[in-house]
Amino acid sequence: MHACGGACERFRFSLLMLALLLLQGLLDRQVLADEQALEVVIAEPYLELHTGPGRAYPVFYVIDRGKAISVLKRRTDWFMVRTEKGKEGWVKRAEMQLTLTPEGEQTRFAEANFGDYSKRRWEAGVLAGDFKGGDVVTAYADYAMTANLSAELSISQVFGNYSDAITGSISLLAQPFPEWRIAPFFLLGSGLIYTDPNVTLVDESDRTEQLASVGAGLRCYLTRRFLLRAEYKYSVIFQDTNDNQEINEWKAGFAFFF
Amino acid sequence: MESRLRIFLLRSMGALAFMTLLPGCSWLHVEDEGYNETTPVISPDLERRTISESDIDSEDFEVGAFVGVMSIEDFGSNVVFGARGAYHITEDFFAEAAIGRTKAGDTSYETLSGGAQVLTDSQRKLTYYNLSLGYNILPGEAFIGKGHAFNSALYLVAGVGNTEFANDSHFTVNAGAGYRFLVNDWVALHLDFRDYIFKSDLLGSNKTTNNLEATASVSFFF
Repeated sequence: MHACGGACERFRFSLLMLALLLLQGLLDRQVLADEQALEVVIAEPYLELHTGPGRAYPVFYVIDRGKAISVLKRRTDWFMVRTEKGKEGWVKRAEMQLTLTPEGEQTRFAEANFGDYSKRRWEAGVLAGDFKGGDVVTAYADYAMTANLSAELSISQVFGNYSDAITGSISLLAQPFPEWRIAPFFLLGSGLIYTDPNVTLVDESDRTEQLASVGAGLRCYLTRRFLLRAEYKYSVIFQDTNDNQEINEWKAGFAFFF
Repeated sequence: MESRLRIFLLRSMGALAFMTLLPGCSWLHVEDEGYNETTPVISPDLERRTISESDIDSEDFEVGAFVGVMSIEDFGSNVVFGARGAYHITEDFFAEAAIGRTKAGDTSYETLSGGAQVLTDSQRKLTYYNLSLGYNILPGEAFIGKGHAFNSALYLVAGVGNTEFANDSHFTVNAGAGYRFLVNDWVALHLDFRDYIFKSDLLGSNKTTNNLEATASVSFFF
């Protein structure tokens, strides 16, 4: 590592302070979580506790039928529980589903499935592809207003041969068949494009212009919270000079919903 | 007179019979009601809690800061630092966003020629961001000493992003592998090795550059 001066020291110190603050906040949360722990009773002959939230982490403890456990937290499809004896471990969702509430009712912990996908509210994803010969990276978030209609906010960065650009758009997406696993969608959007010409090649200044787009694409539900998305977008950039620029954009990527 | 007495006796017996039967009927009636009523006779002072998933604290997000060394092709290696955030979608997959910053050193041409400079000082700053997808390929346990086992995972990551270098944006593909070591269930230490691949025409011809990075980081689940 290189030697660095006072600025670097100060940066390190503030980073450390930030980490400590974060730690404090997390500890407070932890205490709060423990107080509000929910209890369930084991109904199956036994329940296995894993050392970590994943199938690869070994089973280290087994609890008998009738014993109560408190549910501390969740990570993906795994629940961290504590036994009456104070043993803490992770239980997978499928097994938690077989426990009972203290009143004797069946516990329900839903797994994200296709049903949830068709009822999703939020979707976020990353796409990459071609923007009129250049490369493009897009991050987007969708909010489903109804099963057929969603609003989308997207930010893209374009890496062209003669100029780079950043675009931000708001679009309306129509999905006529929300119940299909592979379903088409259509979009209509408007936004701004900030173009930064490559100074060494073109003698032009930076500019911000409006653009409007129409497009169509496919969403393919994979599994759990995953989907793949591919789309084609045709955009018109309303340039200050009278010749409008037409853009063909092809992109594909992954997304998840929650 | 005798017949009146008989009528009186008969009436009394009837009344008696009615009175003895009535409570029986009413008792039956009450018991009937008892079976049908939904409110229990004894209402226990018990607070009923319905288990709702939203009551359970879910910790699918992870944030952290990293520091390490990044080698910029032709420009030597330097300290890199940045921040990284991840969302654990399933136990196998996670989505990741990262930003990092480093500074380019001198090319060998600059060092040998003495005074010639390819880039100005401000152009030597390199900033990148990327959006990636990760897969936990080897989850398992790490053992330290005899009595301590820690959860760990080896993961593969690949994604796209931007590298801002020498006043120019470069579409960047990144790929690599990392090792996550969980100190407890919400604090993790990472070692990451990445290759950032982008095209650059800084030194004359347009060529694909491979920029390797090794970092160590601390992250928190929340």
